[in-house]
Parts: sequence; structure tokens; C-alpha cells
Amino acid sequence: MPYTTEDAIRLVNITKTFGEVVANRDISLSIKRGEILSLLGENGSGKTTLMNILSGIYYPDGGQIFVGGKEVSIGSPKDAFDLGIGMIHQHFKLVDVFTAAENIILGLPKEKDASAKLDIKAVSAKISDICSRYGFDITPDQKVYEMTVSQKQTLEIVKVLYRGADILILDEPTAVLTPQETEKLFGVMREMKKDGKAIVIITHKLHEVLSVSDRVSILRKGEYIGTVNTSDATELSLTEMMVGKKVTLDIERPEPKDIKKRLSIKNLTVIGADDVPVLSDVSFDAFGGEILGVAGISGCGQKELLEAVAGLRVTAEGSDIKFYDPDDNDSEKQLIGLTPRQIKNMGITLSFVPEDRLGMGLVASMGMSGNMMLKSYEKGNSFFTERRAPKELAEEIKDDLAVVTPSINTPVRRLSGGNVQKVLVGREIAAAPAVLMTAYAVRGLDIGTSYQIYHLLNEQKEKGVAVIYVGEDLDVLIDLCDRILVLCAGKVTGIIDGRTATKEEVGLLMTKIDSHSDKKEVKEGERE
Amino acid sequence: MIETNLLAWIARAVQFGTIIMFGSLGEILTEKSGNLNLGVPGIMYLGAFAGFASAYTYENAVDQPIGIVCIIIAMLCAFAASALGGLIYSFLTITLRANQNVTGLALTTFGMGVANFFGALLLKGEVYTAAPVANAAFIAKIPFLSDHLGVVGKALFSYGFVAYLAIIVAIIMHYFLNKTRTGLNLRAVGENPATADAAGINVTKYKYLATVIGAGISGIGGLYYVLDYNNGIWATTGQIEALGWLAVALVIFTTWRPLSAIWGAYLFGLLYWLYNFLPKLLGLTNVDRTSDLYQMIPYVVTIIVLVAVSLRRKRESQPPASLGLAYFREER
Amino acid sequence: MNNSAKETVKTHEPLIRLAKRDGVSMPKKIGIRALAIIFALVIDAVFIVLVTKINPFAVYAEIFKATFQTPLRFMWAMRDMVSLLCIGIALAPAFKMRFWNIGAEGQVLMGGFATALCMMFLGQSLPTPVLFLVMLLTSIIAGAVWSFIPAFFKANWNTNETLFTLMMNYVAIQIVAFSTNVLRGQASSLGTINMTTRIGWFPKILGHDFTLNIIIVAVLTVLMYIYLKYTKHGYEISVVGESENTARYAGIDVKKVTIRTLIISGAICGLCGFIIVAGNKHTIATNTAGGNGFTAIIVAWLAKFNTFYMALISFLLIFLEKGASQIASAYGLNEYIADIISGIILFCILGSEFFINYKMIFRHKNNA
Repeated sequence: MPYTTEDAIRLVNITKTFGEVVANRDISLSIKRGEILSLLGENGSGKTTLMNILSGIYYPDGGQIFVGGKEVSIGSPKDAFDLGIGMIHQHFKLVDVFTAAENIILGLPKEKDASAKLDIKAVSAKISDICSRYGFDITPDQKVYEMTVSQKQTLEIVKVLYRGADILILDEPTAVLTPQETEKLFGVMREMKKDGKAIVIITHKLHEVLSVSDRVSILRKGEYIGTVNTSDATELSLTEMMVGKKVTLDIERPEPKDIKKRLSIKNLTVIGADDVPVLSDVSFDAFGGEILGVAGISGCGQKELLEAVAGLRVTAEGSDIKFYDPDDNDSEKQLIGLTPRQIKNMGITLSFVPEDRLGMGLVASMGMSGNMMLKSYEKGNSFFTERRAPKELAEEIKDDLAVVTPSINTPVRRLSGGNVQKVLVGREIAAAPAVLMTAYAVRGLDIGTSYQIYHLLNEQKEKGVAVIYVGEDLDVLIDLCDRILVLCAGKVTGIIDGRTATKEEVGLLMTKIDSHSDKKEVKEGERE
Repeated sequence: MIETNLLAWIARAVQFGTIIMFGSLGEILTEKSGNLNLGVPGIMYLGAFAGFASAYTYENAVDQPIGIVCIIIAMLCAFAASALGGLIYSFLTITLRANQNVTGLALTTFGMGVANFFGALLLKGEVYTAAPVANAAFIAKIPFLSDHLGVVGKALFSYGFVAYLAIIVAIIMHYFLNKTRTGLNLRAVGENPATADAAGINVTKYKYLATVIGAGISGIGGLYYVLDYNNGIWATTGQIEALGWLAVALVIFTTWRPLSAIWGAYLFGLLYWLYNFLPKLLGLTNVDRTSDLYQMIPYVVTIIVLVAVSLRRKRESQPPASLGLAYFREER
Repeated sequence: MNNSAKETVKTHEPLIRLAKRDGVSMPKKIGIRALAIIFALVIDAVFIVLVTKINPFAVYAEIFKATFQTPLRFMWAMRDMVSLLCIGIALAPAFKMRFWNIGAEGQVLMGGFATALCMMFLGQSLPTPVLFLVMLLTSIIAGAVWSFIPAFFKANWNTNETLFTLMMNYVAIQIVAFSTNVLRGQASSLGTINMTTRIGWFPKILGHDFTLNIIIVAVLTVLMYIYLKYTKHGYEISVVGESENTARYAGIDVKKVTIRTLIISGAICGLCGFIIVAGNKHTIATNTAGGNGFTAIIVAWLAKFNTFYMALISFLLIFLEKGASQIASAYGLNEYIADIISGIILFCILGSEFFINYKMIFRHKNNA
């Protein structure tokens, strides 16, 4: 295909609403052939919605789409394929029990000469072709449930290429990759660009935007802000466009004072499904008065680590979790083998903000006040639930953290992501914990709410709480945490000082164990 | 004596198995699309009634009814009526996204009501009525094989063609699900409709087709019950409901594999008829009181298999991952 | 993808698109459901006219009379309504926990069976209050055991409860069939138990044996409403039903709650068997539960586990059932017409939920 700069896609005044929420308002932008366009915006700015419209998942409420100069209407993903548009979704669209090859040919119309029979061999040959061209490594008959996250992503890209897409959309492709894997992906994207393909990368990471793209289009709160050439842009100028006002990227980090050992974890081992250890021999201490960061590629045992401490995981023999009780002269208490209820009954307050907010931390169908009862409902001897205290607490959190909700009885599933997180964090902090564990506490939140959360964590730290912060954004980890523990494939590969750490250092520790020699261990955690 | 009893037992088991094999093959197809249709008993009622009523009407309207015409009319009507039942279910659960379990149960009530209400109009006050020509056509054996191969011939070839059709349907369905692109697409719809949708598969169309055709296949089981197993006799009955539930149980028993439905169905048949033949084989008398206990066995076996499967937790023997869930593309 | 292929692409805006909607107001919800019922009655009328050629208004008058013509008929309707409602109440906690207990039929049957056995074998030897206590306890235990077994396997190994409970129905039916065969001796059926002595029968209140049934179920309706809404147990059931992960996170013992809830569910089913046998049928047979175990699932689901709504829906269904038998006998039709009529009503109500949860957006005219 010749290298041209004609518009591959032009969007004119695209609007999409979900109920009351306007996800996209009058957005117009264009994507050219032979370029990489970054679609930049905070979470909730409407990037994914806009691209889902292009890939036929959502249908716009208004506006026009031109592909190759012709106006089109994309009513389904099939329409999108027929137009040569392929999207790699952030949450992979793969069937777990199918093989790589089966996933790739899924939904494809049969070739003219082929019979209705499934010819896996011919398919495999074509897959190998694509793989050798871009340097991918895929085993066609491997089942998806046996794959690592990065393998799944590669599979998604091959799937789109197999369909002959010449317009590729990648939704936050680097969120689950190591810095090294990210570099490799960018290499592939540059190759595809040379082939004349139009590529859109959705991201909110500025350095990636600067390193890989030719132009940047910025969205903010569902509206189109503008497009700039990457060569003219700086991190600061992009941030300004993204958030609308000048912000300092610095996160405050008060000096730890009067730190006391609160948790001492030794040889913690957790066996996951399939009898594979998801955590092996993890040892570290956490101190009251500091924030301990936990870094790692997603699915390296972060979730299991927090759940084990919270009493939600069965630990292997030899594991040891000691808690030093501040209410009891810092006396030593063993937590291994205790259920969450037993831990609570010992008078120990461990607060835990899990990754899956609506599926684990909260009851989606209940209102704020119902959710306030979640961890305290069984207090007292009455057969009936106490309803006044949780109601008051809900009102208090609603006011203090400025939660936007029609009423404290509105089901929390109807709140926006940031407000859901405020309800959850608010409740966990209100319990006056000795240890506060958070998993991806700012994922999906806008910058304002993220800073509000950082501030709350710092407040807890200054109160003497031992804060454990599992995060994915290395910049934040390095700016916020006093120490950073790095996990790789369920093992601790290092604990470093947050004040002196660099991203490269953390990135290397995240991949210290060769992920290919031990694929099963870095498998994406069971999300359900 | 023992041989005769054994042969009779096998014959009864194969016939019984054929009914529920159709029922469960249809349900396997349906469930592969992610729809858990608990309306199978109702659908089998619809198939049974439509098949019987059409053959009966034809027989009584024509002076010299022809067997093959009976077969064609009965098969078409049974399939169409059951497919219509499947269509009601599909419209409610796929288009209107109603709860699948509840809709299925309502369909069972409805199908039973329709069959027995209109069936009573045919009965005209009698306790039962029959369609002998259709019955003869359906139970016609394979001429040579059934009486020239001795015991083997009797055990294998003494059934009407529908019994063999069931095996053929099972094999075709196995090939379809595992070896064709359409089958692959269908399985993807049942596993992960969002993925299938993003891959350009028309989820709604697949779900509709699988459910409607599946219902049609299940309905043939009802037809076979009346026109072959029950000797072409129609009477107001609650019997088909029990058969329908056994068909649903058989789906689990086979872990969603059409080929396993073949031997699974016959095994259920053997177990179901155990009450009649085991005592005879053992030379016991006074069996009428304990026969009810023997009839319990297929259900108990299903429970045991259910428990065993859940204990093993093999990835490949799990139900389709999105079974029972409605799909809405713009969910967020 | 070559260009010629692209030109042949036909894309079009779908005629109707859907969007989820949330928080539809109460009057609107009631309005939608009322419309669904009216729509169903119209379809039923068309059906009845086609089949019977009778004036549908005459038919509906007949249906109305079946329940409301005399106080006695009304009481009979109430008697049948509470049998259905009682099972619905039993199922509510299980379904709220997303445990698909399809086994009410068997649980009721086992409860009724236990009651019948007590009436037959302990009736002579125990003083009446003690007898009733024993009947109550054994029936509750029998029902609870029947639901405990699948619950135990579900809690420990996640065994599919829908099919397990379904199979348990048939096991119960066969047990009852066997036992009645043995017990009836040479008679053709078991017949009414203690026909002359009326031992183990509920006492007549306001002229009916079954008045006590109505009182018991009325009390249960209120108690279950409170149990689900205001107690710690009820809160746990809601949390487990919403998400097992959240429940574990909150320190709820999911296994314990599952088993406890199902024991309660089965126990109330057993109790229902008790009141049906002691207060109404005075005998036991394989069809004592009469399919109510399945209908009650629909009742519980449609009422969203609110026991007062359940009472309304049960009444509606019984009203139709009575009406259908009335037209059946008045016009010489078969009683199965009731199944058809209620089937159509259920389809319409189930379908109407769609209009509460989704809104439709029609294609813009200028685009078409």
C-alpha cells in the first residue's frame, strides 16, 4: 500500500450519551494513514467510548463518520471489520477455553475457496506469516487460559492483523506491560506505520505519547480540546490541555515520623488454582507512619498478598504474618490461619481497599448507607441490624469527601467511578485502621480525585497508620511512597527507597525473573 | 428366558433413550449459545402434541393414509411447533432479556397446558385415542437386519428409523460444534458473547437460531414418545414433563458433548427400566411395590454425576461460561 | 481488505437501538406491569374466542365469578393462594441469595409426607397439642433435610443447585409413590387420613379447616419481610446474593449462610407441606404439591422477593386458575386451559420487565 497522508478516518460532531452522562460531545477529529495518533485524556474523558463507536460496540447518538472519504454508519463490530477497522480492547476480547488459532479466526467469513470445515492448519500457516513479519511469538494451539498477559495482547494484535485491518486502535495497551515489553510493542507499531497503516493509541501516559506518536488529539470530559504535532508538544503542554489548568505533577510526601513496626511478614507462600504458587517466600516489614508501595506487572501476586494479610487466602505452611498491636503495647499477634471475622474479633482493624471495588469492596445494589454496614453490621447482640449509625456515617462521608450521589440510598453502582472509590476509601478510613491496604486505589479516577486519595493516604500515614499502596503507575509510586517493594512472578525482587528510586530501576526489578521460563506464574490473575 | 428379558430391556432402554437423547441434543445446542432453557419439558409436549395431532388429523381425513406421508407431516409439525416454543423463549430472553430460568419454567407450564388442552379436544371425552398408521410407519424396523442377524440384529436393528436418526443428529452436532466455523462461532457466543460480538459474530442471530433449532430437535423427542414409544396413543399425561427434566439432566451428565449423549441416553434408559427387568432377571416376584424405588435410580445417578463433575472441576467439562446470562452490547 | 470490497459494504443504523435505564419511577413501573397484564388478558381473550367462540366478556365475567361470586369461593381461592404464597415465601431467601432452589416441589412433598405419617401412626397415641407439635417439627425437618443436601454440596463444591434440586423432586416423588403404595394396602388410593376421627386435622375456625393455613401464611409473610429487610441474616443474604467476593471480604462465612438460608427455605417448604396436609388435603400423594413448587419460583422472582408483592401475584395467578377451571366446567373445556392462560400472563409480565430496564431509541427519520 502506498504511503499517503490522506485521512483514513474523519469524525464529525460525534455525540454519545449514557443515560444522563455525556461521554462524547461534538467530537471532530481525523486519523491519517501512515501515522500513529495518540488519543490522550484522563480516565473518563471519553477516549474509549469514542473508539468503541469506531469499532461498532457503541452506536453514536449524533454525528458523522467518514472512512476513506465516504460517510459510513457502523452498526456492529462486523461493519467495523468490513471497513478495515480493528480494535485491541483494554479488557481482552478472547475466549479462554479456545486456542490462539481458534480465537483468531472467530467470526471470520470463510474464504471463497475454503469449505465450511475448520482448516486449522491453513490458519496456522497464515498466523506464522504474520508473526514472522512483525517478530511476534505465538503458538497457534495454545489455550488462552494458559497465556500470560503480554501473550494475550500479542494474540489480540495478530487477530486484528489477520483480518487485514489497516486502521488499528489500541486501548491502553501498555497498562499491563513491563517497560521492556512496551518498547517492543512500540517497535511493532512503528513497523505497521511504515506499512501505511493508521494507528490510534489510547493512553494517559505522557512519556509514551511523546515517544511513539506523530500527532496527539486531546479529549477532556467528553469534549475535543485539540490536536498537536508531537514534535511541538511537551509533557507540560499536554498536561495543560488534558486537565485544563496548570498543575504541578508533584505529589506531597511528608517525612515519616515516629515509625513503628506494624506488620512483619515472613516466608509468605500462597498456592493458587492449578497448584501453582502465586506468592512464594515473600518477606517484608510494614511500618506505621510510612507508605509502603508495591510495584509489579499486573497479576504478579499483589492481589494475593493483600488478600492473604486480610485473611482471605489460605497460606502455605511456614508462612508467618505478625501484627504488632498499637492498642496493646505493640504486642505480637499471629494472623496466619485467621478469617477476616476472627481478625476483627481480636480487635485488630485492617482496612482494605480491593482492586475490584463494586465486586468485592462494595455491594453494588445497595446505597451508601447499606455499604457502610458491610464490615460492621454484625456488631452487638441484636438479631436486627443497627441502621442509624451507618446512615450517619454515610452522610458524614458524603459531606467530607464530596461524594456526588442523589441520596445515600442510591445504589452505588449508579455512581461514577471516582465517587464509588470515595465511598469505599471513606468507609475503610473511617474504621480507624492500624493498617490500610489499597490496591490500585486511583485506577480510573480523574486527576483531582486521585490527588484527593493521595492526600487521604498521606493523612493516614501521618496518623501513624501503616499504609500499603499497590500501584501500577511507577511515577506515582516513586513520588508517593517511602519504600517500594517490587514483586515479580510472586517473589520479592527488591525493596528500594522511594526517594532515590528511578523508574528504570523499578522496571528492571519487575522483570527480574525471566517471564518466559515460568509462564504460568505471571498468568493474569483470576479477575472474577 | 434371561436372553428374552435382556433383549426386551435393551429394546426398552434404547427407545426410552431416544426420547431423551433428542431432548438433550436440542438443549445442548441451545446451551452452547448461552441459553439455559428450562422449557424443555414444555417444548417436548408441544412436539408430541403437534406430531400426533397432525398425523391423527391426516389419518382421519384421508381414506387410505400413507405411512411416509404421516412421517413427513408429523415430523414437520412437531419440529415447527417446538421451534415456535423455542421462539417464544428466545424473544423473551434474547430480545427482551427476561430471566432465563423463570421464562423456561413458564414455557414448561405453557407447553404442557397447550398440549393437554388441545389434546383433550382430540380425545372428545375418551381416555385415549390413537394414530395407528403413523405408529406403524414410525415403528417399522429395518427389514433384513432386524431378523437375520440373531441376537445382535434384534438388539441393534429392531427400532423405528427415528432411533437411528437420533444417533445421526448426535454425530452431526458433534461435527458441527467442533469442526466447523459456524460451530466455533456458536461456542464463542456461549462462552463470551462480548468477545464474539467484537469478532463480528451476530450474537443475537446465533442465539436465536441455536435456541429455535435446538427446541425443534428437542420436540422430536416428544414426537417419538407418542408415535413410537407409546404406540401411537395420545392420552392426557404428565409423563412427558419427567422425561423433559431427565433430558435436561442428561445435558449435564454428558458435560455438553453430543456424542456422550448417545451412550448417556441409553444408560438412562437402562436405569429407568431397571424396575421392570432387574427383578425378572433376578427371579424376584411381588415387584409392583418396589418398582417406584427402582424408578428413582436415574435421578439418583444424575445427582451422583453432578456431584462427581463438581468435585473434579475439569476445565473442559464446565458449562458454557455465560450460560444463563443475557447479553447487552452497550453494558458498562 | 481491498477497495472493491469496501464499496460493497452495507452499513446502516439499526431501526431500534437500546439503552439501559435506571431508576424508573414507581408509578411508571406499576403502569408498565398493569399494561402487561391487560395486554395478556387481551391475548387470552383472543385465544378463548378462537377456541371456544364464546363472548370473551362473558368468559371474563365467569372468571371473575369463580373467585368472587360467593364468600365460600373466595375462601377457597384464599386457601389455594396461601399454599402458593407459602412456597414463594420459602423460596424468597434462597433466590435472593441467587441460589436457584427448583426443588420446592420435593421439599413440600417431604414435609407433607412426614405430616401424613404422623397422622397415621402417632394420631392415636399422642395428645392433640403434642401431636401437632410433632407434625410441625417432623415436617419442618423433612423439608429442611431435602434442601440441606443440595445446599451442602453447593456450599462445599459449587455443585449446580438448579439440577440437583430438580432431581431431588423426583427422588421425593418416588419415595412418596412407594410409600403410598405400601400404605394403601389393597385400596386403590390412600384416601383421606383419619376421615372420621379427624385426628391431626386443623380445627375449624370460622367454619373452615384451612383458616389456620391462612393465618399461618399471613404471619409468615410479615416475618419473612422483616427477616429479609431488617435482620443481620437478611443483610448477609443480600450481600452473598450480590457478590460472594464481597461477602468473603466482609468476613461473611458464605458456606454457613448458604446452608443456613437453604435450611430455612426447605423448612418453610416442609411447613407448607404440613399445612396443606393437615389443613386442606388430609392425605398425601405424589401430586400433593401440585406444581406450585415451580409456579412459586415465578412468583418469588416477579415480586423481587418482596413478600407482599408475592401475595398479590399469587392471588392473581390463583384467581386465573380458578377462573380457568370455572370456564372449563361451564363450557365443557379441559382444565389445562388454566396453564395456557397463566402461561401467557407470565410471558407478558416477564417481557414487560424489559420496558422497565431499557429504553428504545428509534432511528431518526431523516437518516432512514
